[in-house]
Amino acid sequence: MIFAINVLSAPYSSQASYSAYQFAKSVIAQGHQLHRVFFYQDGIHNATTLATPPQDEFDLHNAWQELAREHHIDLVICIAAALKRGVLNQEESVRYRKNGSNLAEGFSLGGLGQLIEAAVVADRLITFGN
Amino acid sequence: MRKKILLVSRHAPYGTTTAREALDSALAAAVYDQDISLLFIDDGVFQLLKSQSGREIAQKSLDAIISALPYYDIENIYIHTESLAQRHIVAEDIVVANVILLDNTAAAKLFEQQDHILSF
Amino acid sequence: MSILHTVNKSPFTNNVLKTCLEMCSESDSILFLEDGVYGTMPNAPLNDLLLAHVNRGTNVFALSNDVQARGLSQKISDFIQLVDYEGFVKLATHHRCIQSWY
Repeated sequence: MIFAINVLSAPYSSQASYSAYQFAKSVIAQGHQLHRVFFYQDGIHNATTLATPPQDEFDLHNAWQELAREHHIDLVICIAAALKRGVLNQEESVRYRKNGSNLAEGFSLGGLGQLIEAAVVADRLITFGN
Repeated sequence: MRKKILLVSRHAPYGTTTAREALDSALAAAVYDQDISLLFIDDGVFQLLKSQSGREIAQKSLDAIISALPYYDIENIYIHTESLAQRHIVAEDIVVANVILLDNTAAAKLFEQQDHILSF
Repeated sequence: MSILHTVNKSPFTNNVLKTCLEMCSESDSILFLEDGVYGTMPNAPLNDLLLAHVNRGTNVFALSNDVQARGLSQKISDFIQLVDYEGFVKLATHHRCIQSWY
C-alpha cells in the first residue's frame, strides 16, 4: 500500500511529530511505500538545522533525516508556512536578504500541490496534528 | 485520477492558523481538479459568520475567502447542523449561500464516501 | 469501507471525543493515542457512550506505548484493545480513510 503523511505540529511542543515519525517507520518496516511526508503549519519546524535538543533526549530532526536517507523518503515542507515561520533554504534566504538559511538536509520546500499530489497517489493519507 | 477528498475544518478562525490553512488546502486541491468536499464542524462553523473583520487583529478575513469558494469550483460545502445549533448560529448569520446541511448520520455517511480525509 | 478515527486529546479537558463519537459508524474503529489514552479510563467522560459504540460493533484501540508512558496499563477499560505502532499501521490499512481528531 502507498501511504502519505501530513504533519502539522512542531517537534517537542507536542507529541504529534514523534507519533508521525514512529508511524512512518512502521509503514516502511511493514513493507509499504511511504510516498511523502508533508509538513504544514508548525510541522515545518521539524526541518530546521538549528534545533539543538539536549544530548540525552531523542533527536527527532536527526531521526527524520536518517529515515529519509536510508529509505529515500520525500520530506517536503510547505514553503509558505516555512517562510512565515522562519525556515528558509539558501535560495529563499538570498531572495529575501536574510542572514542565513536553515533548511535541514533531506527536506525540501514545496507547495500545497505536493500535499494534494501525495493524496492523489496514496492509498492512505493520515494527519498528525495538535 | 480524480480522488474524492474531504477537508474537515473543525477550528475557529484567527486564534490559530488551522482554519486558514484548511481553506488554502481546499483551494490547492481544486486547482489539481480533485473532487473536493469541505465540511465545517465544531468551532469550524464560526468561520462562516458574516461581517468578520480580520484587519482588527492584522489578519485576512476568512469570510471573504469562503464566499469565493464556488468561484474556485469548490461547490460541495457542508455544514454540521448540531455544531450550528450548539453555537446558536442560524442561516441568516452565514456567509455562503449554497451549502448542504448535514446531521450526525448524514455527516458520518459523507466520511464513508471519501478516498481521503484531510483533517484540520 | 469504514473509517479509522484517531483521538489524541484527553476528554477530561477537551470535547473532541464527543464529536468523534457522533461521526463514528458501527463498522468504524477508534484509536486513542498521545493524551487521548486518558479517554480509555473507566471513569473518563463519555465512557458510557464509548461502551455503547463498542456494543454496536465499533472496535476501540489504544496505542500501548502511550498507555504505558502515562502509567495507565492497569487503569484502562476492559473493552480497549492495545496496539503498538505496527498495529496502528495495520489499522490504517484495514480502513478506507483516517480522520484525526485533535
